[in-house]
Amino acid sequence: MSETSTKAAPVLQARGLVKRYGQVTAIDGADFDLLPGEVLAVIGDNGAGKTSLIKALTGALVPDRGEIRLNGEPVRFSGPQSARQYGIETVYQDLAVAPSMDIASNMFLGRELRRPGPLGSVLRLLDKKRMREQAAAHMADLGIGLRSLTQAVETLSGGQRQAVAVARSVAWARSVIVMDEPTAALGVKESGQVLDLIRRVRDKGLPVVLISHNMPHVFEIADRIHVHRLGRRAALIRPQDHSMAEVVAIMTGALSVSEGGGTVVADTEAAKAAGVTAD
Amino acid sequence: MTATTPAYAHLKDPTTVRRLLTAPTLGPLVALILACVFFSLSSEQFLSGGNFSLIVQQVMVVGTLAIGQTLIILTAGIDLSCGAVMAFGSIVMAKLAAEGSVPPLLAITLGLLVCAGFGLLNGLLVKGVPLPPFIVTLGMLNVAFALTHIYSEEQTISRLPSELTVLGDTFPLGNTDITYGSLVTIALFLLFAYALGATGWGRHVYALGNSPESARLNGIGTTRLTIGVYALAGLVYGIAALLLISRTGVGDPQAGQTDNLDSITAVVLGGTSLFGGRGTVLGTLLGVLIVGVFRNGLQLMGVASVYQTLITGILVILAVTVDQMSRRKVR
Ligand SMILES: Nc1ncnc2c1ncn2[C@@H]1O[C@H](COP(=O)(O)OP(=O)(O)OP(=O)(O)O)[C@@H](O)[C@H]1O
Ligand SMILES: [Mg+2]
Repeated sequence: MSETSTKAAPVLQARGLVKRYGQVTAIDGADFDLLPGEVLAVIGDNGAGKTSLIKALTGALVPDRGEIRLNGEPVRFSGPQSARQYGIETVYQDLAVAPSMDIASNMFLGRELRRPGPLGSVLRLLDKKRMREQAAAHMADLGIGLRSLTQAVETLSGGQRQAVAVARSVAWARSVIVMDEPTAALGVKESGQVLDLIRRVRDKGLPVVLISHNMPHVFEIADRIHVHRLGRRAALIRPQDHSMAEVVAIMTGALSVSEGGGTVVADTEAAKAAGVTAD
Repeated sequence: MTATTPAYAHLKDPTTVRRLLTAPTLGPLVALILACVFFSLSSEQFLSGGNFSLIVQQVMVVGTLAIGQTLIILTAGIDLSCGAVMAFGSIVMAKLAAEGSVPPLLAITLGLLVCAGFGLLNGLLVKGVPLPPFIVTLGMLNVAFALTHIYSEEQTISRLPSELTVLGDTFPLGNTDITYGSLVTIALFLLFAYALGATGWGRHVYALGNSPESARLNGIGTTRLTIGVYALAGLVYGIAALLLISRTGVGDPQAGQTDNLDSITAVVLGGTSLFGGRGTVLGTLLGVLIVGVFRNGLQLMGVASVYQTLITGILVILAVTVDQMSRRKVR
């Protein structure tokens, strides 16, 4: 896959993104490239600016500066709705679900289906049955087992809740899916299920951006790894070219990646402490 | 769960009976029925069409305010200004119409717009600045209260044209007289039950009350929605103002002073959570009726008014306790 995808044009691309919150620079000239059909892991320390970066890429925040391109075309997202219209779907770190509402309502939140004819256009009547059926079909499609779609999301387990958020984004995504730490709150079994889901999405041909702190997961599933550090991309590497220890060292700034793709010791002390050397 | 059936075949819609049994309005409904049974046994006058018509008339104004209050509480807000805004609206309608400077229907329209304007202003301050709803509406309570007394010059306004009092007229239903105003209130409850329960707008209001940020991330325009809810609530208070005039036949600057808390009481008794995102307008109707039935029944039993207030207070605390405990079970 990487053989062809390195030559393909990026689906989603960003150059020089900047976002400041008062004194804090959350995104500091970040670049980003996502290729067709790949799983791109985004890793970095807490506070490195991963969430801010993907929020800029999904319209949840408007960057102060920089350019975003979707399939080569410059785009400007005025809000989450605008990115959604371009087919970009996001599973946010806190899931962005409405806990008191049921699963089907959550899946269709912000894009409810109305009844056909004047019932829908004049009386604005929702088509609850059609929404439930479609939600059920999507859940089944992804192999998510749930007992009832009329159950409030707050009555679900953490893993089921995560699955609902993932299923929602998969159901609607046309061009890109972004997931911010989708396995953070999950046990081993549930994490495995989410990783399976990601694979199934990738097999459908949709590229996935996966933010994660879990190195084994990243190495298991990612085609490429975007290492984020101090608000910008520190490296863009392939997992087969580096060891986990090296990647962690890049993340913490002990190693940096040279033009040719090799690693260079940036901080000798830190590198020694991490037990890695340059090649 | 066999392999041959589709994986979602077991995801049946719950039956109507099951839905009713698990509905959050079940508690208030049972409480209302128990209260009715109790008062029927303790007073012969209670169980009559005339008495029920009286109860509905007594709760009509607070009930209408409680509709607007429900909308705002569902968004995790609160409105302390509703009674004062209604009082000001009623004085605007009454004074403009009584002076004869504008036609009565225009006076009513201007009164409705003034109330909607107060709601809009509340919404702009809550969402635009932003400020806590409690503070904004506490301030607006005082502003509307003061304007009511300034504009009315502390005078009760009487000799109103019939357009302003027509909703207080009655029509016979069986051997009971029903006011047109009661019908307006019931129609408003049904309208908002529909809007909240069966339209996308309703879903968005619940989502907003659950979490404004989640709602925003799901593409819901939360600023417009919040401001719209407050303005709409204001318009409903305007309708309550007209009902108030029709019930008393005058424009009374002293009216509505405890109605803000009474409307919150009704909303809470109806099972709506003060934290937002949970509750129904039909629950509020039940809450309104519970308060009305208790006050009426206790009155028929000859219990003094302060004791009625005492019992209402205890009921509210009980209702919130039950709500909290049932919610803890869910988590
Ligand atoms: N709304 C905000 N207001 C002010 N500062 C913010 C805001 N959002 C993010 N920041 C700051 O921007 C920086 C980057 O935060 P961000 O959430 O993007 O990091 P992250 O890499 O996702 O961290 P984590 O791994 O903990 O999720 C942090 O210093 C954070 O405090
Ligand atoms: Mg984050």
